[in-house]
Amino acid sequence: MSDWPKVRLHVVTGKGGTGKSTVASSLALALATRGKNVLLCEVEGRQGIARMFDVDPLPYQERRLTTGLPDPDGGRGVVHALHIDAESALLEYLSMYYRLGRAGKALDRFGVIEFATTIAPGVRDVLLTGKVYEAVQRNARNKGAIDYDAVVLDAPPTGRITQFLNVSNELAGLAKVGPIKSQSDTMMTLFRSPRTAVHLVTVLEEMPVQETADGIAELRAAGLPVGGIVVNQVRPQDLSASDLAAARAGTLDRAGLEQDLVAAGVEVTPALVDGLLAEAADHAERRALEDSQRTLVARMGVPTYELPRVAGGVDLGGMYELARLLREQGMAPAGGDR
Amino acid sequence: MARSNTQHPARVGPATTRRAGRLDVDALLDDPGTGIIVCCGSGGVGKTTTSAALALRAAERGRKVVVLTIDPARRLAQSMGIEALDNTPRPVTGVQGTGSLDAMMLDMKRTFDEVVLAQASPEKAKQILANPFYIALSSSFAGTQEYMAMEKLGQLHRDSRAAGTYDLIVVDTPPSRSALDFLDAPERLSSFLDGRFVRLLLAPAKGPAKLMTAGFSLITNALTKILGAQFLKDLQTFVTALDTVFGGFRQRAQQTYSLLKADGTAFLVVAAPEPDALREAEYFVERLSEDGMPLAGLVVNRASPAPSGDLSADEAMTGVERLRRQECGSVAAGLLRLHADRVRMVERERTLRERFATAHPQVATAVVPALAGDVHDLDGLRRVGTLLSDTAD
Repeated sequence: MSDWPKVRLHVVTGKGGTGKSTVASSLALALATRGKNVLLCEVEGRQGIARMFDVDPLPYQERRLTTGLPDPDGGRGVVHALHIDAESALLEYLSMYYRLGRAGKALDRFGVIEFATTIAPGVRDVLLTGKVYEAVQRNARNKGAIDYDAVVLDAPPTGRITQFLNVSNELAGLAKVGPIKSQSDTMMTLFRSPRTAVHLVTVLEEMPVQETADGIAELRAAGLPVGGIVVNQVRPQDLSASDLAAARAGTLDRAGLEQDLVAAGVEVTPALVDGLLAEAADHAERRALEDSQRTLVARMGVPTYELPRVAGGVDLGGMYELARLLREQGMAPAGGDR
Repeated sequence: MARSNTQHPARVGPATTRRAGRLDVDALLDDPGTGIIVCCGSGGVGKTTTSAALALRAAERGRKVVVLTIDPARRLAQSMGIEALDNTPRPVTGVQGTGSLDAMMLDMKRTFDEVVLAQASPEKAKQILANPFYIALSSSFAGTQEYMAMEKLGQLHRDSRAAGTYDLIVVDTPPSRSALDFLDAPERLSSFLDGRFVRLLLAPAKGPAKLMTAGFSLITNALTKILGAQFLKDLQTFVTALDTVFGGFRQRAQQTYSLLKADGTAFLVVAAPEPDALREAEYFVERLSEDGMPLAGLVVNRASPAPSGDLSADEAMTGVERLRRQECGSVAAGLLRLHADRVRMVERERTLRERFATAHPQVATAVVPALAGDVHDLDGLRRVGTLLSDTAD
């Protein structure tokens, strides 16, 4: 059982530089237990999924990407990927819903498609979210499409997420009636329902934590469901609280440390010991700042998950490791419970 | 834009070019020829802090500086002791020396409204300001920030030239999804206004109805079917009303573009030592040189502090393993693990920077170590400024 049993659409946002794409990918791997199909989508045209999973740039087409993190019994689901761009989404939408015939071609010829996707306000976001909606809420018009058990969206950053999902608001005043209006209302019904969760990725620093708090307030004001907070890039927890305090105060037992370093077989020089103690003090300082930010995150009153900082950078194997940690902490089901 | 007009030598291959080395920030700030510094980079790399720190350092070295920020988090305002920045430059108090520093934050909607009010007749302006398309375009459209940043920069530059208020403008750019959108602003504006669709929308208002082609009525019918008749009517009113206003705006955007290309401008690309941020930085560098924009260098923020001594990560981890087997020395093991972690971080960051430097040897670089906490005040900004201009390697 996970913390989000009812959620079909996991929206992953976060301030730039917090690793939201890595978290979105890891969450998709974690959700793909035996027999499940998960779709991982991106909408910002960066081809981040292709880079992370080391595959060719993704087209506007659902592709099988990889298998999920294995269940305890070895079973695994499938992760698919989709790169959504506004222009293709509009053309697909038009062909799915309207038999425009000659007019459809004319729209393209007269630059309406380009106009709508690059210039017309709000339309771009509506098209991107519209495709996400379609992937969650499969529709009889899209024949042969996979019914996904979960869709993970690598979404725009925290500062833009509410505006991005609040499609009917963006269209308000522009299209007051007509099918677009009713379709955007239907999309909002899903985005505001318990079947959607907007997860926020942060690191334990002041600005991202503040932005997370602001983001949560904005989402709530717009009636959008706040999911969990993923605290990413947490520093290693190698020292106990008392050792950290001693490191900050500069009272770590130097003689004892030298003795232990000899036991460790390291060539002990005063410079080495000075260096290690200075590094410890610096680390303790940063850990203390992290702890104060962690307290703020805890007060936000939503489930939190922590992922470690990976010194060498997150590669494909690292993403499975992060997926395992997300499962362990209950962000995704443990798997194996058939 | 106008890429075909730029005549710059093709980038010289890495093998034939010497590395540009450290970026000399103070020389850049002290050069009276530097009139505009543009900081660009992806989101979350400390661009706003870098802009503010550069502006403060320049002011304290005697320049008359204004910093234009676009960050909606208002962090810059707080660190400079101004509670809420707005569309007008406000003096920052506590600046040492003979120079001065003003700070402002781009208010995209107000800047847009001002353009409309300045360009259109009162009646027409009223019509535009009330149009739902205008309201959406001026307050939420992702590209508007870029247009308005250009507009504001142009205004600041014209005003300070005329009145002698500033001799250096530091600009923080919007965290654009597509990086250098603001360079494309004039071109996108032109292609918008000269686009066939907009021309067609304008046609019925300007000429006899018979000019409407069969193709166009097909489109209007299709759009009416999808969006409703009111949508098209609003759009048409909007485009018609803005057409006159944008003429002047487009011209000024072109002027600002030329200004950016001129010698008095220096672009700084800001990044963090992360693959994504450096990849973005590479894109910026390439795009800037394609457009013939004067690139001063790269600033790599948030670098991990260098480890002390020459104990390698592997040696440290071997020590940890020995201690584990002897079941002793938990503090020593913890410190060795931390050391190994730090060495690995620093090595990875160095590799990433090295890769960048190999591909772009002509780009001078400043590396700024990560501060333990956030910047809250002028002292914090001063510290960042000192780190930025530290020329020791």
